[in-house]
Amino acid sequence: MKKTKNKHRNLRRRNAIAGYLFILPFIIGFLVFLLKPLFESLQMSLHKVTVATGKGGRGFSLEPIKTWKESNYYKALFVETEFKNRLMETLPDMAIQIPAVLVFSFFIALILNQEFKGRGFVRAIFFIPVILSSGVIVGLDTNNSLMGGMKDMIAEAGDSINISATLETILRATGIGNKILEPVFEIINGVDKIVLASGIQIVIFISGLQTVTPSMYEAAKVEGCTAWESFWKITFPLVSSMILVNLVYTVVDFLMRTDNRVMEIITQYSSATGMKYDIGAAMAWTYFGIVAVVLAILAAIISKKVYYYE
Amino acid sequence: MSKKEAKLQNRKDFWERNQQTNGYLLERKVGDIVWRVVRALLLFGLCFLILLPLINKLSASLKAEEDLFDATVVNLPKNWTLGNYSLAATMYQYGKGVFSSAWISLLISVLQVASATLVGYGFARFNFPLKKFWFGCVVLLIIVPPQLIMAPLHLYFTSFDIFGIFEAINGHRLNLKNSILPYLMIGGTCMGLKNGLYIYLLRQFFRGIPKELEEAAYVDGCGNFKTFIRIMLPDAKAMITSCFLFSFVWQWTDKFYTDLFLPRDMTLISRELTKTESLLRQVTAQIYNIEPSKVQVSVARLNQITATGTLMAIAPLLIIYLFAQKGFVESLSQTGIKM
Repeated sequence: MKKTKNKHRNLRRRNAIAGYLFILPFIIGFLVFLLKPLFESLQMSLHKVTVATGKGGRGFSLEPIKTWKESNYYKALFVETEFKNRLMETLPDMAIQIPAVLVFSFFIALILNQEFKGRGFVRAIFFIPVILSSGVIVGLDTNNSLMGGMKDMIAEAGDSINISATLETILRATGIGNKILEPVFEIINGVDKIVLASGIQIVIFISGLQTVTPSMYEAAKVEGCTAWESFWKITFPLVSSMILVNLVYTVVDFLMRTDNRVMEIITQYSSATGMKYDIGAAMAWTYFGIVAVVLAILAAIISKKVYYYE
Repeated sequence: MSKKEAKLQNRKDFWERNQQTNGYLLERKVGDIVWRVVRALLLFGLCFLILLPLINKLSASLKAEEDLFDATVVNLPKNWTLGNYSLAATMYQYGKGVFSSAWISLLISVLQVASATLVGYGFARFNFPLKKFWFGCVVLLIIVPPQLIMAPLHLYFTSFDIFGIFEAINGHRLNLKNSILPYLMIGGTCMGLKNGLYIYLLRQFFRGIPKELEEAAYVDGCGNFKTFIRIMLPDAKAMITSCFLFSFVWQWTDKFYTDLFLPRDMTLISRELTKTESLLRQVTAQIYNIEPSKVQVSVARLNQITATGTLMAIAPLLIIYLFAQKGFVESLSQTGIKM
């Protein structure tokens, strides 16, 4: 009896050791390349940083700051108006774009999960945004506005009618809830942005949808469920965990893309040419703090509704 | 009975059956057709929306310079030319750039995905103390913006040391600013570009593989590592390929990590692309034999060359992607992610 117990414990211990061996790269990386720099950047944001170049590379020294008025956070938030302005621009933008991306990618994933001719081809096209919305390509696309500008001029000169613009004028003229419709106009005008931003999300939703067994829909159909009902009763709960993943991914992606204007200014401050590491760090922490709070609130709300199938 | 007759028979049947169901069948059939049409229109529109920027770039890149200032030219050029491509190729040092971008991306993504596979497997298949805590750390890795840690990391690598070993041997710390070593270290320890996401995806995949498979391997005398290599890896091939492709694409177009960790004098496609304006100035100056600062480059011309360069930069990705797309899409559909 004792022997088997021992053996069991032995096995568990071996399992634990093997597990730790497998995740060892991550642990090392996490401690050295994430936790340590994180801690240092927090310190930087709380001190006045002077960078000294000496033999064997650069080092930095920290001077404590006593008053709130001299602190980097104060400077980042109230002195460097550019940062504050950009922050104020980005956050409402995020509030509109993220739900739009989630709903859109879910809808597209539903369609792409159906059987139809040329599905592989269409799916391939929907992956192109993954390439187009990455790295430097995004920044280049927004720069490339001249072509669009010229087209607008031609369209204006030709007196051609733009459907969405006309619709917008009509709706505005009726005066029904301009405030409510404002985000709608914004989404419609920026639909290409949303399509470009939802490449990976579509992939993740499709992979979630594929785990739902068709027999469930069959059973529901036999019981007399309409498609609408079976969507809300079967599809939605089973894919709800994907919504959480996508939410986190979308928020993070939105905030870290290279053309995000807040990120631009943070990079500018904390890069080697900017040399204002302390203010840059304070900006980054302010930004990260806001994002973390937003994410935590959203995740808390959504994870309550998430249904786990197991 | 010929095919035509069979069809006719079928149609007759349809109306009969429709009557039996009090018109329900017809209703459903019509609904089905309407949905198909709507879906086709919608997908066509969206695909067009996605392809439009590429088409615009293509049309811009094929125009001769004088077409840019001709108001009657919109999409189809009057004077077709491939000159922009040859200009961009020399300007961006295309061959060299593609070559070094390719081997850097390949090296980094192999490292990233290999380490992420190990870690993902570890999280999915073993029970060990503090597992939840470490997985929380993975989530932290996903949500921490790299800009937050870039300054300390940069400083760390310019005076690099492991427990004071190098200082003891050389007398001073190492400056790794001009080597690719830091990036390799970062990639190999799962801290690279979007590495958290790969760990997450792979963990989800390994969780979905039935336990019996693993147990059978253990009974047959495979150790932990051997089971991983022999049983699990072949199963995960598709998922690993997709992570690899993501990683490759993102690395190819990345500038942030590249600027932070790779030597400044390395010619990479993503870097060259962002330097378009100054490069174009230089090239034009060379052609007309004047000083670069005196060159006036029109915005239209600049955009045209940028468009050409973008197309050339993503062309290798599109080719790889077209080949890998099939296995890639299907593999993602088999992932079966579960939270």
